[in-house]
Amino acid sequence: MARKRSRMTNEINAGSMADIAFLLLIFFLVATQIVEDKGILVKLPPWSDEEPDIAKLKKRNVFSVLVNANNQLLVRGEPTRIDDLRERAKDFIMNPAKREDLAEAPDVAIISLKNDRGTAYKTYLEVYNELKGAYNELWNDESMARYGEAYSNDLDYAKRKAIQKKIPLVLSEAEPTAFGEENQ
Amino acid sequence: MGKFTKKRGKSSPAISTASLPDIIFMLLFFFMVVTVLRTGETKVDVITPYATELTKLEEKSLVNYLYIGKPKDKFRDTYGTKPRLQLGDKFATVSEIPLFLEQHRVKIPEAKRPKITSSLKVDGKVTMGIISDVKTQLRKSGQYKVNYSAKQVPRQ
Repeated sequence: MARKRSRMTNEINAGSMADIAFLLLIFFLVATQIVEDKGILVKLPPWSDEEPDIAKLKKRNVFSVLVNANNQLLVRGEPTRIDDLRERAKDFIMNPAKREDLAEAPDVAIISLKNDRGTAYKTYLEVYNELKGAYNELWNDESMARYGEAYSNDLDYAKRKAIQKKIPLVLSEAEPTAFGEENQ
Repeated sequence: MGKFTKKRGKSSPAISTASLPDIIFMLLFFFMVVTVLRTGETKVDVITPYATELTKLEEKSLVNYLYIGKPKDKFRDTYGTKPRLQLGDKFATVSEIPLFLEQHRVKIPEAKRPKITSSLKVDGKVTMGIISDVKTQLRKSGQYKVNYSAKQVPRQ
């Protein structure tokens, strides 16, 4: 009896195991997409039928950005290049020189963005990116000055809140105009 | 010459391949874990623009995707060349967005519902008209967290 059992302990050939695993591996390799979704996170305002009245605000506190259907920028009445937008926005928000025509304080500064229905999405996103970048840089400077740490999502929630209270991001988007050609 | 033949005679034994399956299984499990099976094809051409101030979307189950772009070549005969909205795996109109959001929302546990994000995957060449309509509809449906999908600008 014992003799018979010892004969049964012949090893199972595991050579084909690798092939089976390879087959599965190749299936998952093909089916995988390791694309991480990144983007500009935005919080839209709740819908209301009446438009927010920018005109009630003091003119010096509003940083108006208009983008037309030819993807040109008009910042506070002056044609501007996208490359200059970030610096101008930062200058406007912080107003280091205490100028009469720029924002009184960072927490009352408002950015008003208006585009046309014919504006390219690419341009819109570039403008949005620059404005958000301006705030990110200001938050970073503030964070460095206060806490000696860079501003990031790893920073304490309370610290982030404190910074955002001092320099709140207020970006108001008006209904787009409809002068330009759409979807050519 | 003599040296070589001597060496060849003392050839080393074959390398054991017994651990090969283990290595392959390790790779297999890695890919099984990171795989998110494709949920239908995209029917519109989308090349997202570049940006720098990006946020990473963390939980994929809390994200719903809205694609906007020109229909792919094979759909041009039926759907034309104007940019269209795609919800899930089919073309849709802006008025179908609330239903689409609701269908996604019911699958999410209630505590996590405020964290639902809409990811707008929009082609850079699309004009803002349709996007504003979509945004308006999202606001009316109470979906305020929106992510404009973009690629990181490559560093020089």
